[in-house]
Amino acid sequence: MSNPSIKFSRRAFMRTSSLAGGGMLIGFNLFNACKPKAAPPVDLAQLNYNDFNAFIKIADNGAVTIFSPNPEIGQGVKTSMPMIIAEELDVAWKDVHVAQGVLDTKNYTRQVAGGSQSIRHGWDALRQTGATAKQMLVNAAAAKWGVDPSECSVKEGVITNAAGASLGYGDVVKEAAQLEVPEDVVLKEPKSYTIIGQDVRNVDIDKITTGKPLYGLDYKEEGMVYASVARPPAFGQKLVSFDATEAKAMPGVIDVITIGDRARAHLNGENRNWSAILSDSDKVVVLATSTWQAMKAKKALKIVWEADNLESTEQHDKILLDLLDGNKFNTLRSDGNVKNAFANADTILERTYESPFLPHNCMEPMNFFANVTDEKIHLVGPVQTPASAADTVADMLGRDVEDIHLEMTRMGGGFGRRLYGDFVFEAAEISNAIKKPVKMVSSREDDMGTGVYRPAIKYRIKAAIKDGKLTAYHLKEAAINSNMYGLIPNFFPAGAIENYQVDAANYKSNITTGAWRAPYTNFLAFAEQSFFDELAEAMEVDRVQLRIDLLKKVDAAADENIQYDPDRMINVINTAVEKSGWGTQPKGVYQGFVNYYCHNTHVAEVANVEIENGKPVVKKVVCVVDCGIVVNPLGALNQIEGGVIDGIGHSMYGDFEFEAGSPKAKNFDRYRLLRMKEAPEVEVHLIQNELSPTGLGEPTLPPAGGAVANALKAATGKRIYQQPFLKNPELLEVPKEPIIG
Amino acid sequence: MPTYQLKVNGETKSVDVSEDTPVLWVLRDHLDMVGTKFGCGIGQCGACTIHVDGTAMRSCSLTLAQLDGKSITTIEGLSEDGTHPVQEAWKEVDVPQCGYCQAGQIMTASAFLEQNPNPTSEEIKNAMHGNICRCASYNRIHRAVEKAASNMS
Repeated sequence: MSNPSIKFSRRAFMRTSSLAGGGMLIGFNLFNACKPKAAPPVDLAQLNYNDFNAFIKIADNGAVTIFSPNPEIGQGVKTSMPMIIAEELDVAWKDVHVAQGVLDTKNYTRQVAGGSQSIRHGWDALRQTGATAKQMLVNAAAAKWGVDPSECSVKEGVITNAAGASLGYGDVVKEAAQLEVPEDVVLKEPKSYTIIGQDVRNVDIDKITTGKPLYGLDYKEEGMVYASVARPPAFGQKLVSFDATEAKAMPGVIDVITIGDRARAHLNGENRNWSAILSDSDKVVVLATSTWQAMKAKKALKIVWEADNLESTEQHDKILLDLLDGNKFNTLRSDGNVKNAFANADTILERTYESPFLPHNCMEPMNFFANVTDEKIHLVGPVQTPASAADTVADMLGRDVEDIHLEMTRMGGGFGRRLYGDFVFEAAEISNAIKKPVKMVSSREDDMGTGVYRPAIKYRIKAAIKDGKLTAYHLKEAAINSNMYGLIPNFFPAGAIENYQVDAANYKSNITTGAWRAPYTNFLAFAEQSFFDELAEAMEVDRVQLRIDLLKKVDAAADENIQYDPDRMINVINTAVEKSGWGTQPKGVYQGFVNYYCHNTHVAEVANVEIENGKPVVKKVVCVVDCGIVVNPLGALNQIEGGVIDGIGHSMYGDFEFEAGSPKAKNFDRYRLLRMKEAPEVEVHLIQNELSPTGLGEPTLPPAGGAVANALKAATGKRIYQQPFLKNPELLEVPKEPIIG
Repeated sequence: MPTYQLKVNGETKSVDVSEDTPVLWVLRDHLDMVGTKFGCGIGQCGACTIHVDGTAMRSCSLTLAQLDGKSITTIEGLSEDGTHPVQEAWKEVDVPQCGYCQAGQIMTASAFLEQNPNPTSEEIKNAMHGNICRCASYNRIHRAVEKAASNMS
């Protein structure tokens, strides 16, 4: 349960100062990375986050500004993180102004959007900060009145004493800023929350709906030129030569240059295959007075690329299947003895699941602004990892990281793509070369064709059944470039089966791969939950009961690596059964069941498939989520609905094959994303409890494809083992005599 | 480069651009109206949707010559103060996640509701099918179009 009396070392994360223009500034550090020597900023115009990674500013008139520290990629933290501060600060949400914080690389390393961790990591510190500021304001008012602070109460920024006198925060902010920071503040009980748990709209909603500049692509500066970058069109190629005569003669074209030296100097011979820009090859850059002229002139370049090892999906399929058949595995978890259990089994079920690479396809293509001068480096744009991007730029250009001022814009999607700062490095290297402010803009084709992809992966799962019981479970992963990480091998059903093993092997490819929304689990959950469905059929047991029976065997306390909570999981499963009408649907409605834990959140989903015009159609998904306290239900539901539909869309349609080192699809004419008519209704049920909150950006996506595959099996009698499902359209055909599910 | 006159959001603007420059980039780079978004450049995603004489069109696939004598509206000009019923519905439902595609969604929805003020659910889905939302806020887009329709009637 949440602990309202939790104490922090105030030194670790908080300082206050008076503002020159009046008011008070409170800084806090979400991730306890504060450097004690740095001084707090006192002028908002000079605010550079040298000490802290978020601030509350309270003005003399009581107006409250909360600076949201983490990058906003559509996951809603720019709204929900300030909500947590405002709750404990005890101000009315309508009186709060939210601003995006900027980055200073000197002291910080954790202003990151990734892993659904912002709320989980920030929960305690954000509350403590709000509560501490409130206590200081109360202490100042109490001193003014000559009463004990305990006699004062606060409501919406107004402090009232026992005699009925009242003072606004603005009336005492000057005195409060001079006070000692209290160490011992009491946090609110969840039942008294007035902001947390309320539906709060996206703080940028007015700007979004009226088209105000918000995104990196919208950023402009006087004298800025536009850059379009020709990168090797196939992975494995390098630049040999180019002829820019025609391009240079085109209207608006300023120059054509190459970049690459700085990236190579930074790499120093190291192979960093996750970043498309940090390769051996030079890139050809067209500089022009407008985006269109730059993109158009790039197409007129005549470039000779030299090929090395140009890979194909056909080749990868064979390589990954060979890895699954072979013995080049690292064992990531091993319980009991799977070999013996398989030798003694009555029945063995073994299935192989296959998935392609996937592009992220953020709606806002990769772009970044850079202005490199002798005095400073100004970087502006959408990046999920601003600190590491700034570090790399500093190293590439041989500059101090203190020279860099990086501003984060709202991002037109992230999904993991903007964890990799290649577009920042390119913009910086270009600006460094031409000594002008520059905006690097990728086209959709650049983005999809020379990206950082979800790796293609194949899973093989093998289970042993003895005397009607599941006695062994062996999961093998064969993946491009790298394997499942962290605690994933310890996710369910680890701990539930006596003999359990996870093995992983990989093939190093030229194709750049990286995190894609819910890395690894985004396909593993489909494989595992499809397998459980089939396992229940093989064991002739109820498919939901099989999961519950396994969960009841788990003693999570006995193994620190097991972080899913079997009781919370059983609760979401039972709730999903109830809310979805599992097993009680009318004829013609076919259901598929899944449950999953990742990113610290427990989820169960039921997909409903119906037959329309002879084809199975996903009509509805019921999704039950236990993420602890829900900070902003309005935002939470959006994440959950989007996660489920995104998971279904990529499972159904995400077809991304390579041929001669290059993706076959480079734009939305050949790459299919789910659209309106294919989107099922998502009905969400949030488990109500007072446990500390966990993230929602990722956890509902991974199992969604499995829910649909299991429902399609019920509808068509056919089992799907491969993503995208449309790859084998015959699996989506309904037999003339439909199976009665 | 030729000079073009462009009637946008009720004002006539003059721009010097090469004749094949898509209207999307004229708006964004030459007129500093960045509400209209670049998504794919080939008319597939709908992020760049504007109104041409009231009809929703893809500005990435239009040139200025095609707009001669026509009047265009962008997200910046849909209403004076962001209170068009579709904008209000978008706020009420809290549609956006990342928000990048939403200007295009709003422009498609507003042109559609002008033509069909009382749409069925199927008609809404058909009308909005051309606009990709990568964050998949489709349930809310649908609800917001329904709400806008009921607010307008």
